Amino acid sequence: MNTIKHLALSIALAFSGQVLADAADGLPRVKVGLVAPPQVHAHEQVAPKEPRVVQFRLVIEEKKMVIDDQGTTLQAMTFNGSMPGPTMVVHEGDFVELTLVNPASNSMPHNIDLHAATGALGGAALTLVSPGQEAVLRFKADRTGTFVYHCAPEGMVAWHVLAGMSGTLMVLPREGLKDPAGNSLHYDRAYTIGESDLYIPKDKDGKYKDYSTLLDSYADSRETMRGLIPSHVVFNGRVGALTGKNALTANVGESVLFIHSQANRDSRPHLIGGHGDWVWETGKFDNPPLKNLETWFVRGGSAGVALYTFRQPGVYAYLNHNLIEAEMGAAGHIVVEGEWDDELMMQVKAPGPITSQE
Amino acid sequence: MQRFVYRTAPLLLLGLLTACGKPLVDPELVEVPAGLARYHLPGSSEVHEERLDGFAIMSRQVSQAEYSACIDDGGCPALEMVPDEGAARLPAVGLSWLDAQAYAAWLSRRSGQHYRLPRHGEWILAAASAYVEEEPMVDDPRNPARRWLAEYAQRAGRERLPEMLKPFGGYGRNEHGLLDAGGNVWEWTDTCYSRNAGEFCGIRIAAGRHPSVLSEFERNPTSGACSVGQPPTHLGLRLVREG
Repeated sequence: MNTIKHLALSIALAFSGQVLADAADGLPRVKVGLVAPPQVHAHEQVAPKEPRVVQFRLVIEEKKMVIDDQGTTLQAMTFNGSMPGPTMVVHEGDFVELTLVNPASNSMPHNIDLHAATGALGGAALTLVSPGQEAVLRFKADRTGTFVYHCAPEGMVAWHVLAGMSGTLMVLPREGLKDPAGNSLHYDRAYTIGESDLYIPKDKDGKYKDYSTLLDSYADSRETMRGLIPSHVVFNGRVGALTGKNALTANVGESVLFIHSQANRDSRPHLIGGHGDWVWETGKFDNPPLKNLETWFVRGGSAGVALYTFRQPGVYAYLNHNLIEAEMGAAGHIVVEGEWDDELMMQVKAPGPITSQE
Repeated sequence: MQRFVYRTAPLLLLGLLTACGKPLVDPELVEVPAGLARYHLPGSSEVHEERLDGFAIMSRQVSQAEYSACIDDGGCPALEMVPDEGAARLPAVGLSWLDAQAYAAWLSRRSGQHYRLPRHGEWILAAASAYVEEEPMVDDPRNPARRWLAEYAQRAGRERLPEMLKPFGGYGRNEHGLLDAGGNVWEWTDTCYSRNAGEFCGIRIAAGRHPSVLSEFERNPTSGACSVGQPPTHLGLRLVREG
């Protein structure tokens, strides 16, 4: 009798244990196709009732990338081939199920540390994949906010991150974004601006060096990084990635969410001719957003969020308001179509001879 | 960017000898007949019309060797350049308007002729078919942003020219015999950008594939931060000879 009781108990325990371990398996599963920044994959702002398991696939790609108009190159390491990697969006309470693939064509082991995840160095300790391997990590998105993710192989974290391996995971509140009074905030477009400080080594004539392999670039890059003075500070992987034909677009009346990540170094985003209507400087939505900011602060190793409704047409510049760094590349443009509002601004007199007395 | 460094003493010596000893070789000129120059400048839809007399202008841009002679003679501000093998066949670049003015003054002094920078209208006539004027933007008095957006799109669509300098003639010869107008070297003009700013002029037009508005001390313009569009690839000069 006792034996049977024991058996029943252990079966029950085993079963309940099984139920706990598979909590996520009972939930609906969705596979999300990722897109390169500045775009963000299609997503709902308000979550469905039931949490889901959201599956993403990140394929690591080591490749040489051109980072300015002069043809300067970086031996880059990337998630899905872009710098920064794609932005992933889920809701609080969802499970993120991430497949990290390191194709055999690569030369280095890689992993991923997700600032949104709890335990195992953000998942890094469970995802170290050599070329030719893949690993799957599942974690619960147990708090809201925009969180940086990045590669973190032991001993060379900085190099991997500065060579391009970072991105953003956005965990939205299930009811969507809110102002401090609890009113819903909606966005019509979301853009990812991933800022990177780059440290391209120079030769003895002062010319940027070009390396034929990733490993060849390591020693010099590390030394240049240790000098702490970047050669370039760029948005989305290169000077001019968000200007000219690549400028962001919006219409008057539209609300735009700017997700700004900087995995390594502080930044101070500013929208010339506009504002931050609502800004989650730290990116964490459980903290009330700040209102009507002129410039906001993104701490190195984090992603901040600003929401702005465009009220006037024209060409806006979105930049790091350390203007030296803006000139080094940390600037983008937003081309906004719509009707001009004379009440907000008008030119009373065009530049001309001085005629006014006092 | 094409830059040169002082490499060898013999070359330096040669430069000095050239400057002090050798007589100047008169630059080859082409005659541009009288005509009507029509153009507009960035930031405005106002069309400028200038009826101009015929004039003589250098068939090619000032070469690196020529500009170096001016530096060596103390007439021009130094650049980080010195002639190498190609110096007589390559245009001098990295020049500000102030540098260009200095060269015109020096050449006039040395030659006894009067050389000056062309006006923008003159450059347009000289360039002739080598220059294609873009459509001026239409101003909408109720919405100034229309022009900004149209200009932005126009600039964004411009081709970026390679930085590598070509020997003279590499960008072709036009119907007046003028070489390389509209290539990757923009040419300083004497035209002031703000015409209603009285005596003051710190901003000039550099003529080229599209007119460029630049501060007179600018040598190597770059685009970045709040500025938009493609800046000139290089800045150089060619001069008009009076009389």
